[in-house]
Order: sequence, then structure tokens, then C-alpha cells
Amino acid sequence: MKIIVPIKQVPETSNVKMDPETGTMVRSGVESVVNPLDLYALEAALALKDKTGAEVTALTMGPPKAVKVLDMAIAMGCDDGILVSDRKFGGADTWATSYTLAAAIREIGEADLIITGERATDGDTAQVGPGIAAWLDIPLATYVSRIELEEAGSLKVERLIEEGYEMLRVHTPALITVVKEIASPRLPTLRGKKKAMKTEIRTLTATDLDVAPENLGLKGSPTKVVKIETPKVTRGGSLIYALDDESISDAVDKLFDFLKIKELI
Amino acid sequence: MSFVWTLAEQSNGQLKQVSFELLSRGRKLADSLETKLASILIGSGVNKETMEELISRGADEVYHIDDPRLENFTCETYANILVGLIKIYSPHTILAAATSMGRTLMPYVAVKVKTGLTADCTELDIEEGTGNLLQTRPAIGGNILATIKTPNHRPQMATVRPKSSRPLEADGQRSGKIINVPFNDVAWLDTRVECLGIKKDTVDFENIEEADVVVAGGKGMKKGDNFKMLKDLTSHFGGMVGATRDAVDRGWIGYPHQIGLSGKTISPRLYIGVGISGSIQHLAGIKTSEVIVSINNDPEAPLHKVADFGIVGDLFSILPEIQERLKGGTK
Ligand SMILES: Cc1cc2nc3c(=O)[nH]c(=O)nc-3n(C[C@H](O)[C@H](O)[C@H](O)COP(=O)(O)OP(=O)(O)OC[C@H]3O[C@@H](n4cnc5c(N)ncnc54)[C@H](O)[C@@H]3O)c2cc1C
Ligand SMILES: Nc1ncnc2c1ncn2[C@@H]1O[C@H](COP(=O)(O)O)[C@@H](O)[C@H]1O
Repeated sequence: MKIIVPIKQVPETSNVKMDPETGTMVRSGVESVVNPLDLYALEAALALKDKTGAEVTALTMGPPKAVKVLDMAIAMGCDDGILVSDRKFGGADTWATSYTLAAAIREIGEADLIITGERATDGDTAQVGPGIAAWLDIPLATYVSRIELEEAGSLKVERLIEEGYEMLRVHTPALITVVKEIASPRLPTLRGKKKAMKTEIRTLTATDLDVAPENLGLKGSPTKVVKIETPKVTRGGSLIYALDDESISDAVDKLFDFLKIKELI
Repeated sequence: MSFVWTLAEQSNGQLKQVSFELLSRGRKLADSLETKLASILIGSGVNKETMEELISRGADEVYHIDDPRLENFTCETYANILVGLIKIYSPHTILAAATSMGRTLMPYVAVKVKTGLTADCTELDIEEGTGNLLQTRPAIGGNILATIKTPNHRPQMATVRPKSSRPLEADGQRSGKIINVPFNDVAWLDTRVECLGIKKDTVDFENIEEADVVVAGGKGMKKGDNFKMLKDLTSHFGGMVGATRDAVDRGWIGYPHQIGLSGKTISPRLYIGVGISGSIQHLAGIKTSEVIVSINNDPEAPLHKVADFGIVGDLFSILPEIQERLKGGTK
């Protein structure tokens, strides 16, 4: 069994501070990390590797420095990593990104299963996984919280939807996107880190892929960003201290008045 | 001029609320484009009265594809249908809800029909002169608002955040057409994915994205048992219980309740955060709430800073007081 896990490098947001006045992100010193939700995709793949000896390849599209996330994936236990990198890919929206990643997956060949994160924490679109499945014309299961392998080359998966958990049988090759509930990600090991140092990362450029140049990067992206605004975070609400019985009663009165004005009760 | 479409959602023959929210969005767009609004309904066993509700709440036409095999959403088959309809009718714009269905189906379809798609929009407008759809959405954890358009491709496609708009009042005077499109199973049915059923009776499951009121608890709740206090409040407000990642990771409540960057994004009319600091990851999931109330004993808690109404104090004294008021007081 061969599994490919597309992972993305994103700005580290856990330390991000907001400037409360301007509502902008304080970007200085923000590092790049692997998209936190992709760790669950890696874990899901590695758990299948533990069980069945599956071969797991991590795949990322990004600038040369994105190789860092592949090293980390290998340190966690992936067999190898592939970087898809070319200036021509720059500025791609989810349509062009999934196009390019699908071409890379075709070039790698013979994947039985592709596991992506639910969404990337920067763009927040959750569109690249389903997009890749569409380009490859393979079945798709999103928001997967449990995977069970079946004998006949199929998977039984559970997906988290509005009504509860839905069970699907999916015939491979297939693409699934996973949610946090699937498993808690393992940490990179020392041995893994050593392996990552020795493993040569293969780079695929536009000329290595069977792609139409007009579909790549910013030029190939159907969507265009018109403007970016930074909304003010503060709403200028009132803050009431309620530290003794009397002030508690008073604060709750004010809260109810407020909710009534807003027609919430 | 080609139409604006919205994708209705159903479950067990009942329309979901988002179907009507989308119509109120679609109505506004269709009016400013001076075109018609159609709702696409794929499913099984939806009756005529239910479809007429789509018309009374804004649709001019309803395209209905009904078959027992369409009872549960599967992406491939639904996508084949939608792609088939798009090829016949060439709509101008398609809106779907940013739900597990919309966020799965729309990117699959957008690739197949080679057009752009904007995820999880909170505002939609028409650009003067061009008819381009201006799609505004929060990104980077809600820290920026990006406006996006698809200038050279049609249809223009967007998913819209549930609860970010209100349905129109039903107007019985409105008339419209219901068009039954036969299910072409030879061309459309894909058997590579099979739905084996839905587990609804899972303990402690709620779909907080649909709630008008969410009362969320964090680490300040101290233990899982205390979440009962929140549950009690929600029973008065008709709401649901949410939580921070810390609370979920401690096993106090299940993952479906988690709000934020690695959980759900919600836009309720009222969000009450109790014992929640308001980390940037949590805020990412609540920023589009209409009203934010915060209860926290730390005056410096970031949630207080974004709240419309904050109470600085001990939640274990304040919650019972609120409870008391709700029980006895005028509702
Ligand atoms: C990649 C990544 C993704 C993440 N995703 C999410 C996510 O999706 N959702 C999420 O919520 N978090 C997420 N987090 C975690 C986030 O950074 C915070 O750790 C978390 O939100 C904090 O939860 P909390 O507010 O419950 O706890 P704390 O930050 O510990 O806050 C508890 C608050 O309770 C108050 N309190 C304590 N006792 C009382 C009392 N008696 N009365 C009143 N107030 C009291 C305290 O003053 C404090 O402000 C993520 C983190 C990372 C790195
Ligand atoms: N540039 C990329 N390289 C590799 N994988 C990606 C890339 N962008 C997105 N993905 C994958 O697609 C998922 C969804 O991303 P997004 O659609 O951007 O929210 C991520 O969790 C990754 O698994």
C-alpha cells in the first residue's frame, strides 16, 4: 500500500499577537511551521504504516525552504518527502494548487490513498484536498475521524458531519481529509531526525510534471484577490466588575438589560 | 442573463435552514443582476409543499432531482448531477452553504467545470458594471478579511458561512416553477463510495454551527461535571454548548463541541464564553458571532477585549445568579 500525504508550510500562529488598536497581526518573528492540521493527516498515514507496512510519502508545494516540513515528516516516520517547487507555481489559488499537486501525485505514481489535512490554517479554505480528488477523478471522503482497512482494497471511514458520524465505504484509490479526532500526532524521534538528514528530498519542477503552463500559479488561478482588510478586533464593549454579591447581582441585571436591548431574550 | 443558483440541503426529506439563508443571499444578488434565482435540490422524498417553501422564501425556480439513491450525500454522484446541470444551463453564480456537504461538493465541482471557488464567505456583493461576484471571507484565523473575485470564469462559485444571513420571511404570494429533473443513473451514479449509515445517537453530539446561541466553556470551568451548568443555561436560551481546545483535550466534552482554528467556526446570534481566556486560535472560531459575552475573573483576558459585554468575576458565583434569573425571571 502506498500513501501520499500533502502537507503545507504555514506561518506559525500560536504565538501570533494582535495589535488591538490596528487589528493587524504582529508578524515580526513569526516562523513557518507545518500546518498543524496536517499533523493529523501524517499520523493517520503513519498509523496505517505501523499496521500494514504501507509506504508513506510526504509531499509539499512551496518555496525551497518548505523542505523543512518534509524533514519533519520524515523525522516522524515517513519514508520520503517530495518538494514541488518552481517560480511558475507561485501565487496559486486552491484550483491551481490542487491541479499542480494532482500532477505531482500522478508523477509519483501508484498511490492507493492520499490523506490531507482538513484545511490549512492560513488560507482556511479546505478546498485543496477535494480539488486534488477531482483532478485525479478518485473518490473523496472529507472530515474523516476514523479509518478501517478492509480486505478488498476498500476502506470503511467515519466522517464528522452536522448530523453526527457518517459511515462510508470508499474504494481505493481514494482521497480522504482528516479531522483532529482521528488520532493524536506522534512526535519526531531522534532516529527519525537522523534519517531525515540522510534522506535526499526529490524536487519536482514544472518541467518534471505533465502540466499546462496556463494552469499554473497566479496566472492559472481563476480567483483573484481584490483587497485585504484587517478588521478591528475590539468591539468596544463594556466591562463590568462583579467581585462581591451585590456587584454580581448588579452585573447580571445589566447583562439581562443588554441582552434585552439586543433582542436576545 | 443566466441565473443565480443556490444549493438546497435536505436530510430525511426535510430542508435544512441553510437552504433558506442561501436564498436570501441569492435573492439580493439576482435582483441586482436583474436575473432569476433558482434553487437546486438533490435528495430523496422531499414533498411538493417543502419545495414550495423554497419559492415562498425567494426562489423563482426549483430544480428537483429525486431518487432513493440520492438520500444521503455522496460527493461523486452529487457532483456528476451538478456538473451535468451546469453544462445544460450555464448559471452565472452558484452558492452553497459552507457545511460538510458544501465544502466537499463545491471544490470537487469547481475543478470539474474549471472555475474558481471562494470558501466560507461572510459577505457577497455584485461589482458594478462587470457583474462579478465580490466574495468577502475571513482568513488567517479571522485576522484578515479578503475580498475575492473570479473575473474570467463562469459560473462563479462560493460557499457561504451558515448563520451569516437570515432567511427571508415566507411570502405565500410568490410564484415559481418546480422542474423535476430525472435522475440519469447511467451517467451520474458513481458506486465507488457507499453510505453505510449515520450514527446519530452518539453520546454528547451537537451541531454547534447551527445554534443561535452558544455557551462555551474553557479551562476555567475546572472540571467536566461543571459543563452541566452551561448545559442548563443553554436549555433556557435554546442554544448549544461549545468549548475550547483545552477543555476538549481534558476530556470534559467531545471534539464536535470544539470551537476555533482546529475546531468549528460559528456565527451564532449570541456567544457566551465562560472561563475562556480568548486565545487567538479560539477567537478564530467566534469572530463573526453577532454578540459576544465574556465571563472571566481576569480583567486582562483577551476575550474581554473582543466582547460586547464582559463580566469580570468568578464564574462559579455568576452562573448560578444568571440561572436563577432565567428560572424565575421574565423571559
Ligand atoms: C495549532 C493550534 C491550534 C489550536 N486550536 C484551537 C482551537 O481550535 N480552539 C481552541 O479553543 N484552542 C485552540 N488552541 C489552543 C489555544 O492556544 C489555547 O490554549 C486555548 O484556547 C485555551 O483554552 P482556555 O481559554 O479554555 O484556557 P486558558 O487559556 O487556560 O483560559 C482559562 C481562563 O479561565 C479563566 N478562569 C479561571 N478560573 C475562573 C473562574 N473561577 N471564574 C472565571 N474565570 C476563570 C482564567 O482567567 C483564564 O482566562 C490551539 C493551539 C494551537 C497551537
Ligand atoms: N501547498 C501545498 N502543498 C501540499 N499540500 C497542500 C498545500 N496546500 C494545501 N495542501 C493540503 O490541502 C489541505 C487543505 O488546504 P487548504 O485547502 O489550503 O485549506 C492541507 O491540509 C494540506 O494537506
